[in-house]
Amino acid sequence: MYIKLAGGTVYDPVHGINAEKRDIYIKDGCITRKPDPGEKIQKTYDLKGKVVMAGAIDIHTHIGGGKVNIARMMLPEDHQKDPVKKTSITRAGCGHAAPSTMTTGYRYAEMGYTSCFEPAMQPINARQAHMEMADTPMVDKGAYAMLGSDDFFLRMLASKKGPEAISDYVSWIINATQSIGIKVVNPGGISAFKFNQRKLDLDDNNSFYNVSPRQVLISLARAVRELGVPHPLHVHGCNLGVPGNVQTTLDTIQGVEGLPVHLTHIQFHSYGTEGDYKFSSGAPAIAEAVNANPNISIDVGQILFGQTVTASGDTMKQYAGHWHAHPKKWVIMDIECDAGCGVVPFRYRDKNYVNALQWAIGLEMFLLVEDPWRIFLTTDHPNGAPFTSYPHLIRLLMDKSFRNDMLATINKDAAAATVLGSIDREYTLYEIATMTRAAPARSLGLRNRGHLGSGAAADITVYNDLKNREKMFAKPTHVFKDGELVVENGKLVKVVNGGTHVLKPAYDKTIEKSLKRYFDEYQTVKMGNFRISDDEILEYGNSSLIEQPCL
Amino acid sequence: MKTQTDKRQKATYRDVTCPFCSLLCDDLVVENRDGKLKVINNGCQVAVSEFEKTPPASSPQIKGRKASLESAIEEAAKLLKRSRQPLLTGLGTDVSGMRAILQLAEKTGAIVDHMHGDGLSKNAMVLQDLGWIMTTMSEIRNRADLVIFAGTDAGNYPGFYSRVIDNRSTLFKTDLKNRELIYIGDKPDSKLARRPGGRKPAVIHCKPEHIGEIISVVHTMIVGDRIDADVIHGVKLQTLIDLAEKMKQAKYGVIVWAPGELNFPHAELTIQNFCEVIKYLTRTTRFAGFSLGGNDGGTTAVNVCAWQSGYPLRVSFAKGFPEYDPHIYTTANVLKNRRVDAMLWLSGISPGAVPPKADIPSVVLASTSVKIGYRPDVFIPIGTPGLDHKGHLFRTDSVVALPLKQLRQTEIHSASEVLTGILEHF
Repeated sequence: MYIKLAGGTVYDPVHGINAEKRDIYIKDGCITRKPDPGEKIQKTYDLKGKVVMAGAIDIHTHIGGGKVNIARMMLPEDHQKDPVKKTSITRAGCGHAAPSTMTTGYRYAEMGYTSCFEPAMQPINARQAHMEMADTPMVDKGAYAMLGSDDFFLRMLASKKGPEAISDYVSWIINATQSIGIKVVNPGGISAFKFNQRKLDLDDNNSFYNVSPRQVLISLARAVRELGVPHPLHVHGCNLGVPGNVQTTLDTIQGVEGLPVHLTHIQFHSYGTEGDYKFSSGAPAIAEAVNANPNISIDVGQILFGQTVTASGDTMKQYAGHWHAHPKKWVIMDIECDAGCGVVPFRYRDKNYVNALQWAIGLEMFLLVEDPWRIFLTTDHPNGAPFTSYPHLIRLLMDKSFRNDMLATINKDAAAATVLGSIDREYTLYEIATMTRAAPARSLGLRNRGHLGSGAAADITVYNDLKNREKMFAKPTHVFKDGELVVENGKLVKVVNGGTHVLKPAYDKTIEKSLKRYFDEYQTVKMGNFRISDDEILEYGNSSLIEQPCL
Repeated sequence: MKTQTDKRQKATYRDVTCPFCSLLCDDLVVENRDGKLKVINNGCQVAVSEFEKTPPASSPQIKGRKASLESAIEEAAKLLKRSRQPLLTGLGTDVSGMRAILQLAEKTGAIVDHMHGDGLSKNAMVLQDLGWIMTTMSEIRNRADLVIFAGTDAGNYPGFYSRVIDNRSTLFKTDLKNRELIYIGDKPDSKLARRPGGRKPAVIHCKPEHIGEIISVVHTMIVGDRIDADVIHGVKLQTLIDLAEKMKQAKYGVIVWAPGELNFPHAELTIQNFCEVIKYLTRTTRFAGFSLGGNDGGTTAVNVCAWQSGYPLRVSFAKGFPEYDPHIYTTANVLKNRRVDAMLWLSGISPGAVPPKADIPSVVLASTSVKIGYRPDVFIPIGTPGLDHKGHLFRTDSVVALPLKQLRQTEIHSASEVLTGILEHF
């Protein structure tokens, strides 16, 4: 039994297909070649004039785990503005900045997204993150385990353990926490904050371990590469939000010695100190460095104006930022000699110089980085803005006159301090398909996602080709998840669970001997209970465990 | 249905997680011999007594009469369907039990609360009003040089001393001999608290409702302001001057409280006082809070409810979407004011968790060792997660979720199985 998507205008950058009129066939949840003439077509969708892309992939969105749940518990006043009623097929919940899990899944699907990746899963909190993601329907999920401030790793680094031993540990963590990549947050800095350090530059030492962020970065980036983890080390660098951090970021790009790394929410790491406000855009310099270094990929972490909440593992910088909390409440947690988290609600204002310039810096970055295969569309949900603002962001990228209209409304000094108005570039649909589908799939090593070739999972999104790109991307006409029609005219018509992507790199099992001793002597959980089994992932309600191959 | 267990069982289980308090010690060694459990290693008094109990045989009942599981489930569903708005409370259950409860709450437009909702809500109100700086068990164990017990002696959590306070070694060269313990309030009562690790802790005696003011005075002095009083609620000012100095000098100080043990009106303001001084101290040193509470799946219920609805319990689904009110949607209040016309009570963990008497139709799902003081319309026995079936619970720090094992074979069903059965009638 085949389903035929007939005559749509297809954008599939993996196969170099740019606005070609094509038919797509689906069988058993996958995209397949054109069937033989004798085969029966069960259903045909006439997609003439419509835009067809693979389902979108969010490479960095905080959708599950302790810090997100703290944000939810903390913000009843935000939920009350966006209550979500149950329907005959969907569950009740709430939306906006820290939406309930079910609402998160529904709204992603209604925007044409079919995969989401939680970027900051703390190993000791991984079980909760997976439970929340299992309760996030419609999309496939995956997570990056957060390392770099955990005592076991810093201790290894301090005692000059060799790269093989570190790779074994990193691999053990990926297996034990059921993750698909590794993230480092303020390398060593979450730990340093527990020793009362308030700042940690690239070459400063953590006062207890005498280890610098540079050493942490290189050691983890190397382990990730050696293990064949497809996604490069996911880096939330030092000095987030600090004016002048453009230099830290440039030094980081140079300092990784050509190793592949992904610099996340780079907007927050691209600030200079020029001008009357001692706050300026570092985007042109960073974009130039990204363009010149093919080992670097980035996502932007665009801010958009309005109320949101910031949730991060970076306790050091969240503590520093708590003075700007709006409303005035905030949480910092030290967690299990493993990491930590900070949750600070925030309101970005278009008439505030700093916020307005942050907005412009993100857009500069999008428009100045040339290769859409190495830059991904994110708002670092919910830190820069809730993910529901993606259609608006896409319009800002695709529509220069709209962008300039917006630019005219922001803080005048900020508008004068940005080169944004002089940039003519408008993203094409092909480039949008690259940065939201093909490129994240390639970066994550998802071989059967992010494209429309034979053998791919039939995660497909269909849009009306509207001039107003915000309207177009807010409301796909059809979304197929694993071949099933789940959204029609922007509304959910069927609820599915989605699976979880994991990686199972090999490692030397003898590392468990020292880990077991360590857990027994110093930790308050047992090693055996720390580890999450394959069965558990399914017990939580995920439809499948999708094991992706290592390189 | 029988609680009788298979006589041929024999096994030893290691790394067993204990569900009977929210510390979730996960290092127990438990033996199953012919269906009877014995704690071989690492069990505190509570664990030994609870694991080694043989639950009395029991079967589902409708109005006190023995019934089949199917008919009891059907009757429970009927009762809930007839209700204009039911209350789902108790909630002594694991993650999957809580997920089923929330599904049922949506179907029936119910109000959802937990048996320890008062304590849990005190913390939630502080979180929503002010926020806080918190820490977790392994951090205290390895880092803390000053631990202030405010209004609790952790006596209800025996494992707290053995696992977090009296450890032999630490990761960070913390001077364990000089790890200072200070109690503020009318505790310590418990034997463990009186001489942790053989040491005598310092005690600042006052009534629990005065702890908040005492901490405020200390906060004031830490800020550098003067206090014009010699004695505050029976405590000499000099004692508090010394305490303020110790708090400033601490490298990693912790205030431990138990919201459920602060039993006086507006105790959340006392917790706010703790959180305010912690935040102030963090400007110069490191300090954090730690809350002991959330037994009987309380922390689990808060977390699952928060991720599914956005709110930490005390939610009404009457309008089809979750509405939150920590003052109105309380078990005691909605029963007293007859806001609900049916109740489902669930307690599958501590046998002491008994349902409140209510003269409205009631469904009770409870482990068979729970002594219910009246005859509910429907009673269905359920298993204890971690003994009778697998599951997951959240620890008191709201960070660590641990797996629970099945240790014995019984014919008793889990709460989530029974609730799923009820849901099938909707």
